Amino acid sequence: MISAARNHPGYWAFLLHRLSGLALVFFLPVHFWVLGTALDEAAFTGFFAWTAHPLVKLGEWALVMLLAVHLTGGVRLLILEFLPWSEGQKARIAASFGLALLVGAAFALGLV
Amino acid sequence: MTALDELEIRVWRGAADGHYQVFRAPRRANQTVLDVVSWIQREADPSLSYRFACRVGVCGSCAMTVNGKPRWTCRTHITKVAKDGRLTIAPLRNLPVIRDLACDMAPFFEKWRRARGRFEAAISRDDPLVPISPDSLERRAADAAVECINCAVCHAACDVVGWRPDYLGPAALNRAWVAWNDLRDRDRSAVLRAANAGAGCGNCHSHQSCAEHCPVEINPTRSIAGLKRAGLLALLRGSL
Repeated sequence: MISAARNHPGYWAFLLHRLSGLALVFFLPVHFWVLGTALDEAAFTGFFAWTAHPLVKLGEWALVMLLAVHLTGGVRLLILEFLPWSEGQKARIAASFGLALLVGAAFALGLV
Repeated sequence: MTALDELEIRVWRGAADGHYQVFRAPRRANQTVLDVVSWIQREADPSLSYRFACRVGVCGSCAMTVNGKPRWTCRTHITKVAKDGRLTIAPLRNLPVIRDLACDMAPFFEKWRRARGRFEAAISRDDPLVPISPDSLERRAADAAVECINCAVCHAACDVVGWRPDYLGPAALNRAWVAWNDLRDRDRSAVLRAANAGAGCGNCHSHQSCAEHCPVEINPTRSIAGLKRAGLLALLRGSL
């Protein structure tokens, strides 16, 4: 059948928001499980040693990016829906993604 | 690559379970997609079904999917959409296909009715006119949304209509936004209730595909966001 025409910034923004949201849903149970290990000092220390691994660092950065993308995208949507409309929605999409990139870059600088 | 003086056009034939048929038509210096469809119907296959009326972008009846995008075909030039001489023309998405390029528009207009997108006067023609300032907030909001030509391009572009077929959709909600901003209406809260009902404005994901494709550059997402805000305010005031 006929497919939809989706190649425009509004749809890219939706896709980023939805995918980052889904990825964060999968992250949360892991997050709680790690917090749970704090009850057992040895397990918790062991986990922290594991986080020094470069691949885990990369994963942390990805996590921060997901959070930043979802947060800035979410704030953009809240502004779109609750404040009086303003033109330049594409600029706002770019700005929210740019802000997320900035957060990601700052976190990456802190990592190395 | 096709010859410079020729277009290769794949045209949808049949209903939902149809197929594409390839036609070749002469390429001209000044030619719209509707010109090409009309040429096929007149010169190659008189059984081709499609719909048009005014040919000048006013009536809103000739919208089709052209190379994957919903467009008004009468004002879409071939030079803009088929630089390599190839065209794929299909009926609009999200509407039942009657045959070939003609869709059944009944579900589309039924949604306008459900969204209470019509004016109901508070006074009769014998009463004096109620002055509405052109500068008022409501008048300006209605102005920005009122020039819709009912072509259903936004309805075809909308993902949410595809996901949830009973969703009122961008055109009907845009119309409801005009009605809500018409201070002469006898029951504006009825408009807001209809637009905020189950399959109403709350379903919009603000992808803005409607605004992206609207041929007359209306922004239904702006209208829908307005309905969401007005609905929320009315809910908080206990008047929804």
